[in-house]
Amino acid sequence: MAGGEVLRQNLPEKLEESPSGANELHVLAVDDSLVDRKVIERLLKISSCKVTVVESGTRALQYLGLDGDKKSSIGFDSVKVNLIMTDYSMPGMTGYDLLKKIKESSVFREIPVVIMSSENILTRIDRCLEEGAEDFLLKPVKLSDVRRLKDFIMKGEVKEGEKRCCKRSRSEDCSPSPMTHPCDSSLLSSLSSSSVLSPLSPSTLSSKKSRL
Amino acid sequence: MLGLGADLLWADMNRLLAFLFHQGVLDEQFLQLQQLQDETSPNFVSEVVNIYFHESEKLLRNLRGLLMEREFSDYKKMGIHLNQLMGSSSSIGAKRVTNVCLAFRAATDHNNRSGCLRALEMLEHEYCYLKNKLHELFQIEQQRVLAAGVRYPVQNN
Repeated sequence: MAGGEVLRQNLPEKLEESPSGANELHVLAVDDSLVDRKVIERLLKISSCKVTVVESGTRALQYLGLDGDKKSSIGFDSVKVNLIMTDYSMPGMTGYDLLKKIKESSVFREIPVVIMSSENILTRIDRCLEEGAEDFLLKPVKLSDVRRLKDFIMKGEVKEGEKRCCKRSRSEDCSPSPMTHPCDSSLLSSLSSSSVLSPLSPSTLSSKKSRL
Repeated sequence: MLGLGADLLWADMNRLLAFLFHQGVLDEQFLQLQQLQDETSPNFVSEVVNIYFHESEKLLRNLRGLLMEREFSDYKKMGIHLNQLMGSSSSIGAKRVTNVCLAFRAATDHNNRSGCLRALEMLEHEYCYLKNKLHELFQIEQQRVLAAGVRYPVQNN
Protein backbone atom coordinates (compact mmCIF):
# COMPACT_ATOMS: atom_id res chain seq x y z
CA MET A 1 0.00 0.00 0.00
CA ALA A 2 1.51 3.29 -1.11
CA GLY A 3 0.45 5.22 2.01
CA GLY A 4 2.04 2.72 4.34
CA GLU A 5 5.23 2.69 2.30
CA VAL A 6 5.58 6.46 2.36
CA LEU A 7 5.09 6.50 6.12
CA ARG A 8 7.64 3.76 6.59
CA GLN A 9 10.24 5.63 4.55
CA ASN A 10 9.75 8.74 6.67
CA LEU A 11 10.13 6.76 9.89
CA PRO A 12 13.54 6.39 11.43
CA GLU A 13 14.38 2.69 11.29
CA LYS A 14 14.00 2.33 15.05
CA LEU A 15 14.09 -1.38 15.29
CA GLU A 16 16.55 -2.18 12.54
CA GLU A 17 19.75 -0.42 13.48
CA SER A 18 20.71 0.70 16.94
CA PRO A 19 24.28 0.61 18.21
CA SER A 20 23.15 0.23 21.81
CA GLY A 21 20.89 -2.69 20.85
CA ALA A 22 18.18 -0.91 22.79
CA ASN A 23 15.62 -1.69 20.11
CA GLU A 24 16.20 -5.44 20.10
CA LEU A 25 13.11 -7.43 20.85
CA HIS A 26 13.02 -8.27 24.55
CA VAL A 27 11.37 -11.59 25.21
CA LEU A 28 10.33 -12.92 28.61
CA ALA A 29 10.26 -16.73 28.50
CA VAL A 30 8.58 -18.79 31.20
CA ASP A 31 9.05 -22.55 31.61
CA ASP A 32 9.41 -24.87 34.60
CA SER A 33 11.66 -27.27 32.66
CA LEU A 34 15.37 -26.43 32.78
CA VAL A 35 16.02 -28.23 29.51
CA ASP A 36 13.30 -26.21 27.79
CA ARG A 37 14.53 -22.96 29.33
CA LYS A 38 18.00 -23.59 27.91
CA VAL A 39 16.60 -24.36 24.48
CA ILE A 40 14.20 -21.43 24.27
CA GLU A 41 16.88 -19.06 25.53
CA ARG A 42 19.25 -20.21 22.80
CA LEU A 43 16.54 -20.10 20.12
CA LEU A 44 15.81 -16.50 21.04
CA LYS A 45 19.43 -15.38 21.41
CA ILE A 46 20.36 -16.86 18.06
CA SER A 47 17.43 -14.90 16.62
CA SER A 48 18.98 -11.70 18.03
CA CYS A 49 16.50 -11.18 20.82
CA LYS A 50 17.23 -10.03 24.31
CA VAL A 51 16.04 -12.83 26.61
CA THR A 52 14.92 -13.07 30.19
CA VAL A 53 14.06 -16.60 31.29
CA VAL A 54 12.16 -17.43 34.46
CA GLU A 55 10.97 -20.72 35.89
CA SER A 56 7.40 -19.91 36.89
CA GLY A 57 4.43 -17.65 36.36
CA THR A 58 4.96 -16.19 39.83
CA ARG A 59 8.53 -15.20 38.93
CA ALA A 60 7.30 -13.75 35.66
CA LEU A 61 4.80 -11.54 37.48
CA GLN A 62 7.49 -10.51 39.96
CA TYR A 63 9.77 -9.55 37.09
CA LEU A 64 7.05 -7.48 35.50
CA GLY A 65 6.23 -5.88 38.83
CA LEU A 66 2.74 -7.36 38.82
CA ASP A 67 3.03 -9.53 41.89
CA GLY A 68 0.54 -7.38 43.75
CA ASP A 69 2.91 -6.34 46.56
CA LYS A 70 3.88 -3.07 45.00
CA LYS A 71 2.17 -2.17 41.76
CA SER A 72 4.80 0.45 41.15
CA SER A 73 5.11 2.17 37.83
CA ILE A 74 8.86 2.19 38.44
CA GLY A 75 8.84 -1.48 37.55
CA PHE A 76 7.27 -0.79 34.19
CA ASP A 77 9.68 1.98 33.26
CA SER A 78 12.70 -0.24 33.78
CA VAL A 79 11.14 -3.38 32.34
CA LYS A 80 10.29 -3.20 28.67
CA VAL A 81 9.13 -6.52 27.32
CA ASN A 82 7.97 -6.95 23.73
CA LEU A 83 6.83 -10.54 23.94
CA ILE A 84 6.04 -13.13 26.56
CA MET A 85 6.39 -16.82 25.74
CA THR A 86 5.11 -19.20 28.35
CA ASP A 87 4.74 -22.93 28.76
CA TYR A 88 1.19 -24.03 29.40
CA SER A 89 1.66 -26.84 31.92
CA MET A 90 3.48 -25.51 34.93
CA PRO A 91 2.98 -26.36 38.60
CA GLY A 92 1.11 -23.72 40.61
CA MET A 93 0.36 -21.00 38.10
CA THR A 94 -0.24 -22.40 34.64
CA GLY A 95 0.58 -20.52 31.45
CA TYR A 96 -3.13 -19.89 31.08
CA ASP A 97 -3.32 -18.33 34.57
CA LEU A 98 -0.34 -16.14 33.70
CA LEU A 99 -1.95 -15.12 30.42
CA LYS A 100 -5.11 -14.04 32.27
CA LYS A 101 -3.15 -12.00 34.80
CA ILE A 102 -1.26 -10.21 32.06
CA LYS A 103 -4.38 -9.45 30.07
CA GLU A 104 -6.05 -8.13 33.25
CA SER A 105 -3.22 -5.65 33.71
CA SER A 106 -3.78 -2.22 32.21
CA VAL A 107 -0.04 -1.80 31.94
CA PHE A 108 0.89 -5.11 30.33
CA ARG A 109 -2.19 -6.26 28.44
CA GLU A 110 -0.81 -4.92 25.16
CA ILE A 111 2.17 -7.28 25.30
CA PRO A 112 1.65 -10.28 23.03
CA VAL A 113 1.63 -13.56 24.93
CA VAL A 114 2.42 -16.84 23.21
CA ILE A 115 1.58 -20.16 24.81
CA MET A 116 3.80 -23.22 24.27
CA SER A 117 2.60 -26.73 24.89
CA SER A 118 3.60 -30.28 24.07
CA GLU A 119 -0.08 -31.24 23.96
CA ASN A 120 -2.09 -30.66 20.83
CA ILE A 121 -5.45 -30.18 22.59
CA LEU A 122 -7.92 -28.08 20.64
CA THR A 123 -9.97 -26.97 23.65
CA ARG A 124 -6.78 -25.82 25.34
CA ILE A 125 -5.73 -23.86 22.26
CA ASP A 126 -9.17 -22.28 21.94
CA ARG A 127 -9.20 -21.28 25.60
CA CYS A 128 -5.85 -19.55 25.27
CA LEU A 129 -6.70 -17.72 22.09
CA GLU A 130 -10.02 -16.62 23.57
CA GLU A 131 -8.19 -15.25 26.58
CA GLY A 132 -6.08 -13.13 24.23
CA ALA A 133 -3.02 -15.24 23.50
CA GLU A 134 -1.26 -14.07 20.38
CA ASP A 135 -0.50 -17.61 19.33
CA PHE A 136 -0.10 -21.18 20.45
CA LEU A 137 3.08 -23.09 19.63
CA LEU A 138 3.40 -26.84 19.77
CA LYS A 139 6.56 -28.04 21.47
CA PRO A 140 9.29 -28.70 20.72
CA VAL A 141 9.63 -25.11 19.57
CA LYS A 142 11.80 -24.65 16.49
CA LEU A 143 13.94 -21.87 15.07
CA SER A 144 11.40 -21.34 12.30
CA ASP A 145 8.66 -20.76 14.92
CA VAL A 146 10.77 -18.13 16.68
CA ARG A 147 11.70 -16.44 13.41
CA ARG A 148 8.10 -16.18 12.28
CA LEU A 149 7.04 -14.88 15.70
CA LYS A 150 9.78 -12.30 15.68
CA ASP A 151 8.88 -11.06 12.20
CA PHE A 152 5.26 -10.80 13.23
CA ILE A 153 6.05 -8.86 16.41
CA MET A 154 8.52 -6.58 14.66
CA LYS A 155 5.90 -5.66 12.07
CA GLY A 156 3.58 -4.84 14.93
CA GLU A 157 6.23 -2.63 16.52
CA VAL A 158 6.74 -0.79 13.22
CA LYS A 159 3.01 -0.21 12.96
CA GLU A 160 3.05 1.08 16.55
CA GLY A 161 5.74 3.49 15.48
CA GLU A 162 3.67 4.53 12.50
CA LYS A 163 0.72 5.14 14.79
CA ARG A 164 2.83 7.34 17.04
CA CYS A 165 4.27 9.20 14.09
CA CYS A 166 0.77 9.53 12.73
CA LYS A 167 -0.46 11.02 16.01
CA ARG A 168 2.39 13.53 16.02
CA SER A 169 1.83 14.76 12.51
CA ARG A 170 -1.98 14.76 12.57
CA SER A 171 -4.32 15.45 15.40
CA GLU A 172 -6.96 12.85 14.54
CA ASP A 173 -6.81 9.36 16.01
CA CYS A 174 -5.34 6.52 14.03
CA SER A 175 -6.58 2.94 14.07
CA PRO A 176 -6.38 0.95 17.33
CA SER A 177 -3.33 -1.06 18.31
CA PRO A 178 -2.61 -3.95 15.97
CA MET A 179 -1.42 -6.10 18.83
CA THR A 180 -4.70 -6.75 20.59
CA HIS A 181 -7.59 -8.14 18.70
CA PRO A 182 -10.53 -10.34 19.60
CA CYS A 183 -10.43 -13.98 18.74
CA ASP A 184 -11.04 -14.38 15.05
CA SER A 185 -13.36 -17.13 13.95
CA SER A 186 -11.47 -17.62 10.71
CA LEU A 187 -8.29 -18.19 12.70
CA LEU A 188 -10.01 -20.76 14.88
CA SER A 189 -11.49 -22.59 11.93
CA SER A 190 -8.18 -22.64 10.13
CA LEU A 191 -6.66 -24.11 13.27
CA SER A 192 -9.39 -26.73 13.58
CA SER A 193 -9.27 -27.81 9.96
CA SER A 194 -5.54 -28.11 9.41
CA SER A 195 -3.31 -30.07 11.73
CA VAL A 196 -2.79 -27.72 14.60
CA LEU A 197 0.82 -28.78 14.72
CA SER A 198 2.07 -25.42 13.54
CA PRO A 199 -0.40 -22.67 14.33
CA LEU A 200 1.97 -20.25 12.69
CA SER A 201 1.37 -21.93 9.35
CA PRO A 202 1.19 -19.56 6.37
CA SER A 203 -2.61 -19.77 6.27
CA THR A 204 -3.06 -18.69 9.90
CA LEU A 205 -0.36 -16.00 9.63
CA SER A 206 -2.02 -14.47 6.61
CA SER A 207 -5.41 -14.51 8.30
CA LYS A 208 -3.83 -12.66 11.24
CA LYS A 209 -2.09 -10.22 8.94
CA SER A 210 -5.29 -9.43 7.13
CA ARG A 211 -6.77 -8.32 10.42
CA LEU A 212 -3.95 -5.91 11.20
CA MET B 1 47.34 -37.93 7.99
CA LEU B 2 45.89 -36.11 10.97
CA GLY B 3 43.55 -34.31 8.58
CA LEU B 4 42.43 -37.67 7.29
CA GLY B 5 41.80 -38.73 10.89
CA ALA B 6 39.51 -35.77 11.44
CA ASP B 7 37.63 -36.59 8.26
CA LEU B 8 37.27 -40.23 9.24
CA LEU B 9 35.94 -39.20 12.62
CA TRP B 10 33.51 -36.85 10.93
CA ALA B 11 32.32 -39.78 8.85
CA ASP B 12 32.01 -41.94 11.97
CA MET B 13 29.95 -39.28 13.68
CA ASN B 14 27.63 -38.93 10.73
CA ARG B 15 27.31 -42.68 10.42
CA LEU B 16 26.33 -42.95 14.07
CA LEU B 17 23.87 -40.09 13.74
CA ALA B 18 22.34 -41.61 10.64
CA PHE B 19 22.04 -44.91 12.47
CA LEU B 20 20.34 -43.29 15.45
CA PHE B 21 17.91 -41.49 13.16
CA HIS B 22 17.19 -44.63 11.23
CA GLN B 23 16.49 -46.52 14.46
CA GLY B 24 14.14 -43.76 15.57
CA VAL B 25 16.26 -43.13 18.65
CA LEU B 26 16.63 -39.48 17.64
CA ASP B 27 14.45 -37.24 15.52
CA GLU B 28 14.86 -33.90 13.76
CA GLN B 29 14.64 -31.98 17.03
CA PHE B 30 18.18 -33.20 17.75
CA LEU B 31 19.29 -31.67 14.46
CA GLN B 32 17.58 -28.47 15.53
CA LEU B 33 19.74 -28.46 18.68
CA GLN B 34 22.84 -28.88 16.55
CA GLN B 35 21.77 -25.87 14.51
CA LEU B 36 21.76 -23.84 17.71
CA GLN B 37 25.42 -24.63 18.34
CA ASP B 38 28.01 -22.23 16.96
CA GLU B 39 31.20 -20.39 17.92
CA THR B 40 29.34 -18.33 20.52
CA SER B 41 27.94 -21.48 22.09
CA PRO B 42 30.24 -24.30 20.98
CA ASN B 43 29.10 -26.87 23.54
CA PHE B 44 25.42 -26.14 23.48
CA VAL B 45 24.26 -29.62 22.54
CA SER B 46 26.31 -31.45 25.16
CA GLU B 47 25.33 -28.88 27.80
CA VAL B 48 21.63 -29.33 27.17
CA VAL B 49 21.95 -33.10 26.90
CA ASN B 50 23.85 -33.27 30.20
CA ILE B 51 21.12 -31.26 31.90
CA TYR B 52 18.64 -33.68 30.36
CA PHE B 53 20.56 -36.70 31.70
CA HIS B 54 20.72 -35.21 35.17
CA GLU B 55 17.01 -34.37 35.25
CA SER B 56 15.91 -37.63 33.67
CA GLU B 57 17.79 -39.80 36.10
CA LYS B 58 16.11 -37.98 38.98
CA LEU B 59 12.71 -38.49 37.38
CA LEU B 60 13.38 -42.16 36.64
CA ARG B 61 14.41 -42.71 40.26
CA ASN B 62 11.22 -40.99 41.42
CA LEU B 63 9.13 -43.15 39.11
CA ARG B 64 10.72 -46.35 40.30
CA GLY B 65 10.44 -45.23 43.91
CA LEU B 66 6.72 -44.60 43.50
CA LEU B 67 6.03 -47.91 41.79
CA MET B 68 8.01 -49.88 44.34
CA GLU B 69 5.90 -48.56 47.22
CA ARG B 70 3.91 -51.36 48.79
CA GLU B 71 0.82 -49.17 49.07
CA PHE B 72 1.38 -47.39 45.77
CA SER B 73 -1.65 -45.48 44.46
CA ASP B 74 -0.44 -42.05 43.44
CA TYR B 75 -0.86 -42.34 39.70
CA LYS B 76 -1.33 -38.59 39.47
CA LYS B 77 2.08 -37.89 40.94
CA MET B 78 3.59 -40.43 38.62
CA GLY B 79 1.86 -38.70 35.73
CA ILE B 80 3.49 -35.40 36.69
CA HIS B 81 7.00 -36.91 36.69
CA LEU B 82 6.22 -38.66 33.45
CA ASN B 83 5.03 -35.50 31.74
CA GLN B 84 8.22 -33.74 32.75
CA LEU B 85 10.32 -36.58 31.37
CA MET B 86 8.29 -36.72 28.20
CA GLY B 87 8.57 -32.98 27.66
CA SER B 88 12.32 -32.80 28.04
CA SER B 89 12.88 -35.96 26.00
CA SER B 90 10.88 -34.46 23.18
CA SER B 91 12.81 -31.19 23.49
CA ILE B 92 16.12 -32.91 22.79
CA GLY B 93 14.78 -35.17 20.07
CA ALA B 94 14.82 -38.41 22.06
CA LYS B 95 12.05 -39.98 20.03
CA ARG B 96 12.02 -43.54 21.35
CA VAL B 97 12.17 -42.43 24.97
CA THR B 98 9.29 -40.02 24.32
CA ASN B 99 7.23 -42.79 22.76
CA VAL B 100 7.80 -45.14 25.69
CA CYS B 101 6.70 -42.30 28.00
CA LEU B 102 3.48 -42.09 26.01
CA ALA B 103 2.80 -45.79 26.51
CA PHE B 104 3.68 -45.41 30.18
CA ARG B 105 1.23 -42.54 30.50
CA ALA B 106 -1.52 -44.65 28.97
CA ALA B 107 -0.87 -47.26 31.67
CA THR B 108 -1.12 -44.61 34.41
CA ASP B 109 -4.36 -43.32 32.88
CA HIS B 110 -5.80 -46.79 33.37
CA ASN B 111 -4.31 -47.21 36.85
CA ASN B 112 -2.57 -50.27 35.48
CA ARG B 113 0.28 -51.00 37.88
CA SER B 114 1.79 -53.95 36.09
CA GLY B 115 1.56 -52.06 32.81
CA CYS B 116 3.38 -49.20 34.49
CA LEU B 117 6.11 -51.51 35.74
CA ARG B 118 6.63 -52.95 32.28
CA ALA B 119 6.70 -49.47 30.78
CA LEU B 120 9.19 -48.29 33.39
CA GLU B 121 11.53 -51.15 32.59
CA MET B 122 11.33 -50.36 28.91
CA LEU B 123 11.88 -46.70 29.68
CA GLU B 124 14.98 -47.41 31.76
CA HIS B 125 16.33 -49.59 28.99
CA GLU B 126 15.69 -47.02 26.27
CA TYR B 127 17.15 -44.26 28.38
CA CYS B 128 20.34 -46.27 29.01
CA TYR B 129 20.70 -46.97 25.34
CA LEU B 130 20.21 -43.33 24.44
CA LYS B 131 22.72 -42.19 27.05
CA ASN B 132 25.37 -44.62 25.82
CA LYS B 133 24.89 -43.64 22.21
CA LEU B 134 24.97 -39.91 22.92
CA HIS B 135 28.13 -40.33 24.98
CA GLU B 136 29.65 -42.18 22.06
CA LEU B 137 28.60 -39.36 19.76
CA PHE B 138 30.13 -36.70 21.98
CA GLN B 139 33.35 -38.69 22.30
CA ILE B 140 33.75 -38.92 18.54
CA GLU B 141 32.95 -35.22 18.26
CA GLN B 142 35.61 -34.37 20.83
CA GLN B 143 38.21 -36.48 19.07
CA ARG B 144 37.27 -34.93 15.75
CA VAL B 145 37.66 -31.40 17.10
CA LEU B 146 41.06 -32.30 18.51
CA ALA B 147 42.17 -33.96 15.29
CA ALA B 148 40.93 -31.06 13.18
CA GLY B 149 42.68 -28.58 15.47
CA VAL B 150 46.06 -30.26 15.22
CA ARG B 151 45.71 -30.52 11.46
CA TYR B 152 46.27 -26.88 10.55
CA PRO B 153 49.89 -26.37 11.62
CA VAL B 154 51.04 -29.42 9.61
CA GLN B 155 49.06 -28.45 6.53
CA ASN B 156 51.46 -27.99 3.61
CA ASN B 157 50.22 -25.83 0.74
